Amino acid sequence: MTRLRADSRHPIRFKLNGRPVEGEAEPRMLLSDFLRHQIGATGTHVGCEHGVCGACTVVIDGMLARSCLTLAAQVDGCEIRTVEGLAPSADRLGILQRAFRRNHALQCGFCTAGILMSLDHYLRRHPAPSETDVRDLLSGHLCRCTGYTPIINAALQAAAELATAIEEKPDV
Amino acid sequence: MAQVAARPASSVDMEGRPWVGRSIERVEDAALLTGRGRFIDDLGSPPGTLHAAILRSPHAHADIVSIDAEAARRAPGVAAVLTGEQVKALTSSLVVGVKAPVECWPIATERVRYVGEPVAVAVASDRARAEDAIELIHVEYRPHAAVVDPLAALAADAPVLHDGFPGNLASDRSFSYGDPAQAFADAPHRFSIDIHYPRNSCTPIETYGVIASHDAAEDAFDILANFQGPFSIHTVISRALKVPGNRLRLRTPPDSGGSFGVKQGVFPYIVLIGAASRAVGRPVKWIEDRLEHLTASVSATNRSTTLSAAVAADGKILALDWDQVEDCGAHLRAPEPATLYRMHGNLTGAYDIRHVKVRNRVVVTNKTPTGLNRGFGGPQVYFALERLVQRIAIGLSRDPLDVIKRNLVPADAFPYRTATGALLDSGNYQEAIAKAVDHGKLAELRERREEARAQGRLYGIGFTAVVEPSVSNMGYITTVLTVAERRKAGPKNGAQATATVALDPVGGVTVHVASVPQGQGHRTVLSQVVADVFGLKPQDVRVNTEIDTAKDAWSIASGNYASRFAAAVAGTAKLAAERIAARLARIAASQLNVEPVDIVFASGFVASKHNPENRIAFSRVAALSHWSPGSLPDDTGQAIRETLFWTPPELTAPDDEDRINSSLCHGFIFDFCGVEIDRTTFETRIDRYVTMHDCGTILHPGMVNGQIRGGFAQALGAALYEEYAYAEDGSFLTGTFADYLLPTTAEVPEPQIIHLATPSPFTPLGAKGVGEGNSMSTPVCIANAVADALGLADVTLPLVPARLADLVRGPEPEPPAGQLKAAPARAGDRRLRGDGSASVNRAPEHVWTMLLDPGTLQAVIPGCQRVDRVSDTHFRAEVTLGIGPVTGRYRADVQLFDLDPPHAVTLRGSAEGALGFGNAEGRIMLEPDGKGGTRLRYGYDAAIGGKIASIGGRLLDGAARVIIGQFFAALAREAGGGASASAFSLPALLGWLARLFGGRR
Repeated sequence: MTRLRADSRHPIRFKLNGRPVEGEAEPRMLLSDFLRHQIGATGTHVGCEHGVCGACTVVIDGMLARSCLTLAAQVDGCEIRTVEGLAPSADRLGILQRAFRRNHALQCGFCTAGILMSLDHYLRRHPAPSETDVRDLLSGHLCRCTGYTPIINAALQAAAELATAIEEKPDV
Repeated sequence: MAQVAARPASSVDMEGRPWVGRSIERVEDAALLTGRGRFIDDLGSPPGTLHAAILRSPHAHADIVSIDAEAARRAPGVAAVLTGEQVKALTSSLVVGVKAPVECWPIATERVRYVGEPVAVAVASDRARAEDAIELIHVEYRPHAAVVDPLAALAADAPVLHDGFPGNLASDRSFSYGDPAQAFADAPHRFSIDIHYPRNSCTPIETYGVIASHDAAEDAFDILANFQGPFSIHTVISRALKVPGNRLRLRTPPDSGGSFGVKQGVFPYIVLIGAASRAVGRPVKWIEDRLEHLTASVSATNRSTTLSAAVAADGKILALDWDQVEDCGAHLRAPEPATLYRMHGNLTGAYDIRHVKVRNRVVVTNKTPTGLNRGFGGPQVYFALERLVQRIAIGLSRDPLDVIKRNLVPADAFPYRTATGALLDSGNYQEAIAKAVDHGKLAELRERREEARAQGRLYGIGFTAVVEPSVSNMGYITTVLTVAERRKAGPKNGAQATATVALDPVGGVTVHVASVPQGQGHRTVLSQVVADVFGLKPQDVRVNTEIDTAKDAWSIASGNYASRFAAAVAGTAKLAAERIAARLARIAASQLNVEPVDIVFASGFVASKHNPENRIAFSRVAALSHWSPGSLPDDTGQAIRETLFWTPPELTAPDDEDRINSSLCHGFIFDFCGVEIDRTTFETRIDRYVTMHDCGTILHPGMVNGQIRGGFAQALGAALYEEYAYAEDGSFLTGTFADYLLPTTAEVPEPQIIHLATPSPFTPLGAKGVGEGNSMSTPVCIANAVADALGLADVTLPLVPARLADLVRGPEPEPPAGQLKAAPARAGDRRLRGDGSASVNRAPEHVWTMLLDPGTLQAVIPGCQRVDRVSDTHFRAEVTLGIGPVTGRYRADVQLFDLDPPHAVTLRGSAEGALGFGNAEGRIMLEPDGKGGTRLRYGYDAAIGGKIASIGGRLLDGAARVIIGQFFAALAREAGGGASASAFSLPALLGWLARLFGGRR
């Protein structure tokens, strides 16, 4: 196991939404700060830094994780997915994103990235969720604007649409 | 012919359906859904930007004896450490909203008055180094007694926060409207209620952020902050930063992650970080963290109210008597005491009550200063009024809905002037209620209640009728001043809204407003409004809602508050667009050889109404002012850019009788709900919630319902879960989202939303505000339902199960004698008390020697670096502990008293570290167990404060017991004998205190 010196910066390399990225971080740097301030991937937001609000949720090696409770050094060599990787292309929204827009499932949009990541991850594995399932899944996310129902509706609509659609492929 | 140009373009005619009123998809969403939002911390900062971290007070009330920041200033990467003294030299006091010799600084000077008050600011090359630096600052405090309850603050012996507020009273005004004394004397019934409305906050998920730079060459500030307005605060900031307003360029980022009023409270930090940037000569950035936000950003006011009503036999309310004691926290920050006066015109709610007596007192307490928060005064007022209406109904054996209906403002009375001065613009409350009762199936809900009760279940129904004010009168706050003081200060009134509509050289339309949205979709709605005027599509209209006070049109009323967007800002954009359209109509008329009145804007063309084939592309007409001003008809003037200011004439200053039309528009809300309370857990479940809204003309149904749902969810939190809780010593107890509980998908049901629309005659689009209504109506509606379910006369928010259980079952019985207990004596008391006993297999004399031996202590205290014996009865210890992610060094100091070797000893000690402070006293008694061993009995009484109380308070009792047990095992091992149960000792005390401060986060 590599020992990291507390007072130095260490190279961190991983794949972000399929593309290799690298930067340097002190061992204490959080993944959320690393993504935002070193890599410039500011789509992942920080709401509480103690793992409750869910805004910073990302996918690390196929697992949902709070990037505010993960150190940058922990993800060296991992595959990370963030909200920036959800759309099939820069000018086109994915099915889940479109459902959010259609249902007014966001207002300020600050918590949205984390919710999208949880839902994207979940719907890939559970194509026909019930409302209870979705409410249970999203109980780990705080949203102060919407009152949640439009988010639930968007998720259920997206699930139905994804079940009948061919898998979304990036345009490139 | 200037009149023609200025005339609203009545010739504008929408072919087909207008865009306004349709739930089009939001223009804001694509960026937000793809991670391309531009919130303040997403924007780059200028090269060389430094980062600030703030050291905050762990005490609620203390003198600052000394601040030693030398080590921090020498730390790597640190550019400066500013204390109150330095900030005071760079700034002047924030304006205080009442006449009193009181100062208000953005950082503590000489004394701290609430937990979390800034004490020092470290500025360093990055945030982590700035945070390292504040850990190196050593502050010596001399604690004072604290007061957290507004009524206790008024007691003669209460600790006084500010000498300029004698008795902690910042303002005391009495008002009388009509003849309340006579009405009370004549009335057959008098009902009264005491309310203690708690503190809570809408807690946006994005915290505060400021990036400030000072240009020494021009002595000017350029500050980017996620401030939300009102921009009256701009004057407060520039004055505090000691520059004229034109040298404070205040800008907002394109996106802001929710506010709900709360981001008004960033302004003291704008001053603080501005001062820091001036001190270091570099841009300085500060992003608040969540603990800082919950502890010390801002909060709604808590309020103690006694409300009485004179009531006729038929339930008609003849007079009200309000006695409100408003708690604004430790400082009276602008615009407070506005929370108290925002509702002044609406103290009679939706009711026709002609006689009103009011006493308004504003007090300061050792809590975070208050400010804007969704509902702003409404929740506090309506909780009292609507609880009282239910009490009247019960007292007169009537249905609460009958009492509501009996008192409503008559449908034919609009515009209706309330006793306290509000001009209710429009409405039909009777029709709204009838529609809600019908569509919301109240009869069925009543049957559900009967059925549930027949089965022995706890089921109740609550009602609320409220008037939702919107578009604040900038003069309402002056109602806090006496008539003479107002005359001296000059008139304050109105609510200037502004909008700019501009045409580019190829006919593109750009709209700018100073509305500073935080997710309300202003850009989308304005594109609809302006598209309708020009006969374009919303996507043809680009809208910018950022504000830059150096370049944009704005007024003190600008910003996103008091639900003013739809009513004031969107209407102003319409008027500005119509003004341009009138000029374009003249230009087109001359090109098409028709009269301007014959011109219509539709489908991207400007055409003759009579001969639609006679037309010209909108873009051509729009571009003409740029390319060929010489071709414009004489005296048309340019049609390039129009900035319009609009203020409603109805918003007049308070009159000499203190009547104030505090708001322009008044929506109506009627809610009812059915709740069921679990008999075992006392959890409240919302069975059905029906909410009727009349917010005038609806501009975008999806967004209106979004505002209602969002407000409902926040209000549900306020009703059932949320409270900014303080201990009696002023410790803040809810510093994380695990302590301050927000409702999630699992708790928030979908309300049934019903609409009625009576357009406002006072606003350009007929729209009224809608965002704050449920914050006002829902907490009391749920409380009424819970009171109905449990048969309670008094209910206090939040309606957490433990509180309901207390109310219904009475206090929990004491545990059986002899059991270990370590629980706070009562709610709000952070003292931890406990006792217990244990055995060690060595004689009392041996155990006694161990307890007093530094070597033994060092061996058995977890993480102990060293124990120094200052004297035989005085020890100091240093302990390094790391539990979870937090490691730190803590200093403990313990003295022994009443030594009775080897039988008993009293210990008294304190400890402090980065995460908090504490003190404790314990008595240990040793006696032979008759088998060669020792039986220890102990009791302790400890108090803790600082961060640890905010972020881990709920775990402390359990942690105390666990750590004491752990320590005892080590003592027994060291003694070489077996052990059992748990014990208490000097080392346990040291280790326990140290663990508390080091161990939890």
